Amino acid sequence: MREHLDARLASLHSAGRKILVAYLTAGMAPNWTEMLQALAAGGADAIEIGLPFSDPMIDGPVIQRACVRAIAAGTTPQGVLSEVARLDIEVPLAVMTYYNLVFRAGHERMAGMMADAGVTGAIVPDLSLEESGPWCESADRHGIATVMLVAPSTPEERARLICDRSRAFVYAVGLMGVTGERAALAPSATAIGERLGPLTELPVCVGIGVSSPSQASQVSAHADGVIVGSAIVGRILDGAEPDEVAAFTASLRRGLDANARSAGA
Amino acid sequence: MGPPDALGHFGSFGGRFVPESLVRACVELEQAFGSAWQDPRFHESLGEILRSYGGRPTPVTECHRLSERLGVRVLLKREDLAHTGSHKLNNVIGQSLLAARMGKTRLIAETGAGQHGVATATAAALMGMSCVVYMGEVDMARQALNVFRMELLGAEVTAVCSGSRTLKDAVNEALRDWVANLDDTHYCLGSVMGPHPYPWMVREFQRVLGDEAREQCRELLGGADPDWVVACVGGGSNAAGTFAGFASTSARLVGVEAAGGAAMTHGLPGVVHGMRSYLLQDEAGQISEAESISAGLDYPGIGPEHAHLADIGRAVYDQATDAEVLSAFTLLAQTEGIIPALEPAHALAWVVRNAGTTIASGQSVLVTLSGRGDKDVAQVRDLLSGDVGSGQQVAVDPAGVPER
Repeated sequence: MREHLDARLASLHSAGRKILVAYLTAGMAPNWTEMLQALAAGGADAIEIGLPFSDPMIDGPVIQRACVRAIAAGTTPQGVLSEVARLDIEVPLAVMTYYNLVFRAGHERMAGMMADAGVTGAIVPDLSLEESGPWCESADRHGIATVMLVAPSTPEERARLICDRSRAFVYAVGLMGVTGERAALAPSATAIGERLGPLTELPVCVGIGVSSPSQASQVSAHADGVIVGSAIVGRILDGAEPDEVAAFTASLRRGLDANARSAGA
Repeated sequence: MGPPDALGHFGSFGGRFVPESLVRACVELEQAFGSAWQDPRFHESLGEILRSYGGRPTPVTECHRLSERLGVRVLLKREDLAHTGSHKLNNVIGQSLLAARMGKTRLIAETGAGQHGVATATAAALMGMSCVVYMGEVDMARQALNVFRMELLGAEVTAVCSGSRTLKDAVNEALRDWVANLDDTHYCLGSVMGPHPYPWMVREFQRVLGDEAREQCRELLGGADPDWVVACVGGGSNAAGTFAGFASTSARLVGVEAAGGAAMTHGLPGVVHGMRSYLLQDEAGQISEAESISAGLDYPGIGPEHAHLADIGRAVYDQATDAEVLSAFTLLAQTEGIIPALEPAHALAWVVRNAGTTIASGQSVLVTLSGRGDKDVAQVRDLLSGDVGSGQQVAVDPAGVPER
């Protein structure tokens, strides 16, 4: 039985485990559902399934390419969710989608489709706090945890409001920029973990610009977990097989666990 | 046409649908614009540059021969006579002054046909700022001369190879640049679109053309306002500026979209580029490409205030086909000696089609001639001859225009 994102992350958090959230663009490869299994096998605690969008404004070139491929292959939100409903996978699943796909489907209908598919979380990166009310109400009604984002540029008082509205975890944006791998970790990636920790009971996971085991390890010394997307998607675009994706995920896992041990020692 | 609500809504449209990383930048811009727009010194600097550098006020020209031909009284607001050849300069001078006031040293912009890119590159040169213009790879090939113009002005033109490689993708790329470079960079958005405060701010910067035109029309019409005010709409900045000047008069307001990019006619409400408005999109919500004779109108959305004006019935929106546009283009050239840009030729095409019917004989019509047609001459030659670069004599018939 697939666990709820909220419950699963809460129990991991209280057990002191560093959380690994893995991202994949749905439909980017014919075997994308096998890739989900590989991410779970590699040790992801939750998986974020990206619905491909024509105008992925906060995504860098790698995820843009994945979106183009997925849409060209005929991927639709409804198709993705009905495939996800049939999956035998235990880790909790969240959907990452730009808001227009939600708005077009209708808040209630989209939340219902997600719930029917066994999805328990949603991340809508272009839905600002001010505009989030109607979606969040529908999501709450259907048991979908809406994960909100806080950026390095977010002022203190606003960060507090966003954390209050967030469910399951807080998505801490690691740098001012688009998604994608960076050679070095931005100082803002560790700073934001430190800053948000005291503002919320929820686990704080840092994403955008976190792509290697060592970066994951560094960040998790200052936060409760990481979100890795472009590093995974880029490997799949380059032709990685599911076992290679699982191995890469496992290396991220080890990076986090090593840090958890040293932190606990 | 007043300010939007506190969250940037015009009725149920507009708003600020941006990633959290951009919210603060939008808030700072909103505050900076709000305070500048209250500041008489800002208006003084802006007015002075628009006068001594930009060529404002632009005249309103009464088109005697065209009027006789159509049986309605046609007046043109001549934005083609402004520096850089279109209304775009009003907005970029406003935004670059604001950027300087905010301590920014770098301007970025998106461009489709290249007009806004050229205007931004011009403002950057004038203000001593660096400038990067994002332009779809497809558009760069179509508008090679404008790419060179921007480079001549010292701007760097960056090809956008993502998505459909046109204007909408250039907007995404500019937003991506902005989010990573907020400290020194101002995103000089070219139309009444995007997240709050852009639709409001750009309309206010373009209001000058509507305000001028209202007073100029009153002089020509013996104190009266025109019966009709017509402007073309892509994102809708020249129309917004024009309508702002006439919203409180009795004039009927008409926005004319390209038939291949008619977001208001064929679109559905949706959210992209930070705003809620009418968008060309598929059933799932993937944004479509617009395609028409005029790259400047090839935008799959429309400014949110236009969506609102349509909703409340203050303005109506219609479309013109490529064939009607070509015909209106040559008609104006041959009756008035003015070669319009293909964009405002859409507004003229609507007037030509409706003169004597919807527009009753003898009524007055103000058309905003938002830009000059030099940039389009080669394309029109090819379209009319159906043969690229043949150099042969082209028999131009302003077809379908009834003699009166």
